[in-house]
Amino acid sequence: MVDTPQPLVKMSAITKYFLDVTANNNVTFDLYSGEICALLGENGAGKTTLMNILFGYYACDEGEIFIKGEKADLSSPKDAIARGVGMIHQHFALVPSQTVLENIVIGTDSGKGLFLDLKTARRKLLALEEQFGLQIDPEARVWTLSVGEQQKVEILKSLYRDVDILIMDEPTAVLAPTETEDLFKTLKSLVGQGRSVVFISHKLNEVMDISNRIVVLRGGQVVAERNTAETTIRELANLMVGRELLEDIDKKQLVPGQPVLEIQNLDALNDKNLPSLKNLNLVVRQNEILGMAGISGNGQRELSEVLFGLREPTCGAIQINNNPLKFGSPTAAIKLKMGRIPEDRMETGLLMDLSVEENMILEDHASAEFQTWGIMKSKRIHRYSDQLIGAYNIATAGRDAVTKSLSGGNLQKVMLARELAGKPAVVIASQPTRGLDVGAMEYIHQRILQERERGAGVLLISEDLDEVFLLSDRIVVIYEGEIMGEVSGENASREQIGLWMSGVKQ
Amino acid sequence: MIRLRLQKRKPLPAWAKIVIPVAAILVTLILSAIPILIAGGHFWKSYYYLFYGALGTRFNLLETFVKASPLLLTGLAVAFAFRAKFWNIGAEGQLLAGALAATVAGVHLGGVPTPLVLPLVIVAGFLAGGLWAVIPAILKTKLKVDDVVSTLLMNYVMIHIMGALLFGPLQQPGSSWPRSAAIIKAACYPILMPRSRFHMGILIALFAVFVIWFINQKTTFGYRSKAVGVNIRAAHFGGINTTSVIVWTALISGGLAGLAGVGELCAIQYRLIMDISPGYGYSGIVIAMLGNLHPVGVLFSSLFFSVIIVGAQTMSRMTGVPTYIAEVIQGMSLMVMLIFLLFTEYKIKVMKK
Amino acid sequence: MSELLDIAFISGLIGATMRMATPIIFATLGEILSERAGVLNLGIEGIMLMGAMTGFLVTFSSGSIWLGVLAAAGVGMLLGLLMAFLAVYLGLSQHVSGLGITLFATGLAMFIYRLHFGSPTVPPIIQPFKQITIPLLSKIPVIGPGLFTQYSLTYIAWLLIPVISILLYRTKIGLKIRTVGENPVVADTVGVNVLLTRTLCLVAGGALMGVGGAFLTLAHQNMFLIDVIGGRGWVAIAMVIFGNWDPLKGACGALIFGFLDGLQLRLQGMGIAISFHVFLMIPYLLTIVALISVSRKASVPAGLLKPYRREEKGG
Repeated sequence: MVDTPQPLVKMSAITKYFLDVTANNNVTFDLYSGEICALLGENGAGKTTLMNILFGYYACDEGEIFIKGEKADLSSPKDAIARGVGMIHQHFALVPSQTVLENIVIGTDSGKGLFLDLKTARRKLLALEEQFGLQIDPEARVWTLSVGEQQKVEILKSLYRDVDILIMDEPTAVLAPTETEDLFKTLKSLVGQGRSVVFISHKLNEVMDISNRIVVLRGGQVVAERNTAETTIRELANLMVGRELLEDIDKKQLVPGQPVLEIQNLDALNDKNLPSLKNLNLVVRQNEILGMAGISGNGQRELSEVLFGLREPTCGAIQINNNPLKFGSPTAAIKLKMGRIPEDRMETGLLMDLSVEENMILEDHASAEFQTWGIMKSKRIHRYSDQLIGAYNIATAGRDAVTKSLSGGNLQKVMLARELAGKPAVVIASQPTRGLDVGAMEYIHQRILQERERGAGVLLISEDLDEVFLLSDRIVVIYEGEIMGEVSGENASREQIGLWMSGVKQ
Repeated sequence: MIRLRLQKRKPLPAWAKIVIPVAAILVTLILSAIPILIAGGHFWKSYYYLFYGALGTRFNLLETFVKASPLLLTGLAVAFAFRAKFWNIGAEGQLLAGALAATVAGVHLGGVPTPLVLPLVIVAGFLAGGLWAVIPAILKTKLKVDDVVSTLLMNYVMIHIMGALLFGPLQQPGSSWPRSAAIIKAACYPILMPRSRFHMGILIALFAVFVIWFINQKTTFGYRSKAVGVNIRAAHFGGINTTSVIVWTALISGGLAGLAGVGELCAIQYRLIMDISPGYGYSGIVIAMLGNLHPVGVLFSSLFFSVIIVGAQTMSRMTGVPTYIAEVIQGMSLMVMLIFLLFTEYKIKVMKK
Repeated sequence: MSELLDIAFISGLIGATMRMATPIIFATLGEILSERAGVLNLGIEGIMLMGAMTGFLVTFSSGSIWLGVLAAAGVGMLLGLLMAFLAVYLGLSQHVSGLGITLFATGLAMFIYRLHFGSPTVPPIIQPFKQITIPLLSKIPVIGPGLFTQYSLTYIAWLLIPVISILLYRTKIGLKIRTVGENPVVADTVGVNVLLTRTLCLVAGGALMGVGGAFLTLAHQNMFLIDVIGGRGWVAIAMVIFGNWDPLKGACGALIFGFLDGLQLRLQGMGIAISFHVFLMIPYLLTIVALISVSRKASVPAGLLKPYRREEKGG
């Protein structure tokens, strides 16, 4: 499959800057027809940026692109699509309120003249669905579809436009194992008909599974290229990170103490007023980490929102250290000494346009320590924030630096500093290392373990199974708002957890 | 083909914060030469009369401060509200509400001991303006009604309330014009400089600059207000009572606008008339933006505007350029300022492809 | 009181409703176009005023009333283009750009008017539009005379309602506009030119707003007064929300406003002893009430108010 001498796509000497960051540094990338090429690298390595350049969404500062032998001057996705390149981003480019058909047809020249010709479009779409085995109702509104179905709509969107080169960015991040199998079948079928696929991922198992060839990016540069058949997971992991990947953690054996978090019979609705939590029961004790595994979209967000005070459940009770938690009030959660790390740190947790110091005091600004009669005690506040910046090793120009200038890892450190400074009784960490590089991940894992040692109980909600296995004393799996099962960290098997994650009760 | 792209740039040094608005003002003045010239005004002469009319004599200079007073207050009102992302476009109506309340108090408090009258009038005006802003604030926080639209519509409601009252119960007995009776002597703002209209309200406005600066910089309320303006979701997450913040911000904002109304009543007109405000509330929006929402910036931009408005009168008399040039300059200065502010964050990149 | 049920009264009221609603229908349709594409255009009040002044000025100078209408549309397009430059191309705050345009356009309108006409004691007037009676339809009892004796601009407004509806829901351009307003990233990735689409909507919307303003000086009245628009631009903004961003529903809202406006005039004329100003207040109060009832389940175009810049993410 890889014998064609002329590459279908040739990207040479691609360089791309964003302010101070060099996202792509002299990158050369070739794609041959009929292959699935994996673009591997950790978060921030530059994979998505590179493909966005191929898709015409970003413009490169230096370098050239050749598609099907011709030099390609891509100033917008329209040009890329015209040359047969399609991209499916991590966050789907779909309009939830519109129908599947409308989403697929937008921007194409269906129909004559001014008017939309939905009939012809529908016929063409159904034919494509037949050809590739993707069954979706054209009239369904996208918001009613499951994530896997939405991904199929995205694929159909590209197929409808006759793309030969399909780029998929972390496509399995939101899929259940069965849906992933489905996707792989579809990709193989596409490639069997002469197309090519670029598969961006950081998941080594899947990359080994589906790809023919692997290109590894690290720090914006290409570090290696391998035929899949000729390499191993271990080698890839090393290439990805530049060193041995094994994270060395020092997890002490601790006896769990009193319950610090108890959830009984929790029911809640999501934003579409559909049940997202069903009779959820949970206990977290002092000195333990309870890891909650599960594919995103199974109620984790709603659970954390209920705990954080951002959402009111329809039924149930929660106690923190035996004190009942008042629902719908962030203040109540703060008062009961809950350390809260939301999954969406930039939108929900931090005030990005304010300074680091201003973020640090968000929850404490009205305490007796930092103000009298409503007037803030600047000196004390300055000392406090300097101290925290030092303690958490936050790389910043200073306490007055505007928060959005910080990197992802340091943003999370600011959150941790703020939430953990008050020595909370229970820590709820929701996707704490999502999107962060390995160094930051390790730091955060260390901190979480420290909290456990200090005597807090930690509820770790994470889609990263490695992380869950690494840190947890006990593991539960959430699926469609229910707890499928619970095991201790030592006795847990990947297979068992995987089954629970796919909804198979055992 | 040459294509232009906007790209984020590194933050500019601190001096840019002063240079940018000044540069915007200069560019605006240069651009305003176009309508002036079209109107037949001679270039240098027109500007000479403009500045002379505002600053050239003692009286003119004091008049500039007199005109700046309501602009400063509405500017502060709008800036304070915008900072919390409460889009208060209703400063005009809040100003009128303040003037209205002050009229009722100023006309009817004859029996009250003299030293108490003025404080009562001022408080009444502040609270009335504040209330007129609190209503849309509650509609926004509890009922999700868009604040731009609601504050705007409230302006028109207040104008008509005023009209109904001035043609009705508040009308000066014996008059057929929509005007109220004159306020009592004890309710008039003392004039502080002889042979001028320079009055106590100007000092109130200047004091307000300090108060607002203090609130913004030094108080926990100012911190909360800023947080809500920056990211209301994160502020809520952090335990801030965002509804309370917005309502109190509205109260203070409307109150400031109300004080502007009190000033116009008690220092300039001495009775309530329909035209008591030539759009000060709307000018306040431009002034607030030009001042980058900072109290000191608002102070300087209100002075700038006042120079333009006062000077335009003289310029109009001497050169025939319509006084509306002032409004044209206002509108232009806002757009120029916005563009300049944009370039503090972005720069133009030329893509040669 | 029985006068109220008089056929002539009802007929006249229907006619007045349509008349008073016309400028708001134009303005609302124009604003719906821009908001559906994701841009809140607060310049509407200023654009309407410039349209009113320009239409009057050109009609006065040229003697041709349709030339005045065209000029008003043209001015509206230019101001729409300015708004596009500030809010779409440069990506400045839509709130502030729009207000800046209203302030600028208002000042400019008064400046030009004063420059051209000075301050005469008797305001200059023009020959306004005459109402046209549609032959058969106007014979329909009760509603006929009122509905079908209107200015040509009013008939045009009616026709525009289905035209804009069809444009939005049945054409390719309409799907592009709606997608740009809901999610500009999506539109961009399928090759729709987001900036161009928004600009065109603002320009077309501006034309409609200009004509709406001109109606007030060329048909409803025959002179130009500073407060001729009287907040109708803001009412249109409210009507867009009230109509849930749909042309037909927004037009219904405009009709209700027109009805109240017309009713108020009539009741005054009959000497009903409530203050003139209380009546003037009612339409605005009711608009606020309408907004309250509607805001809860509003389907705001999801991309409204966000400027679109492709390279914001930064890898």
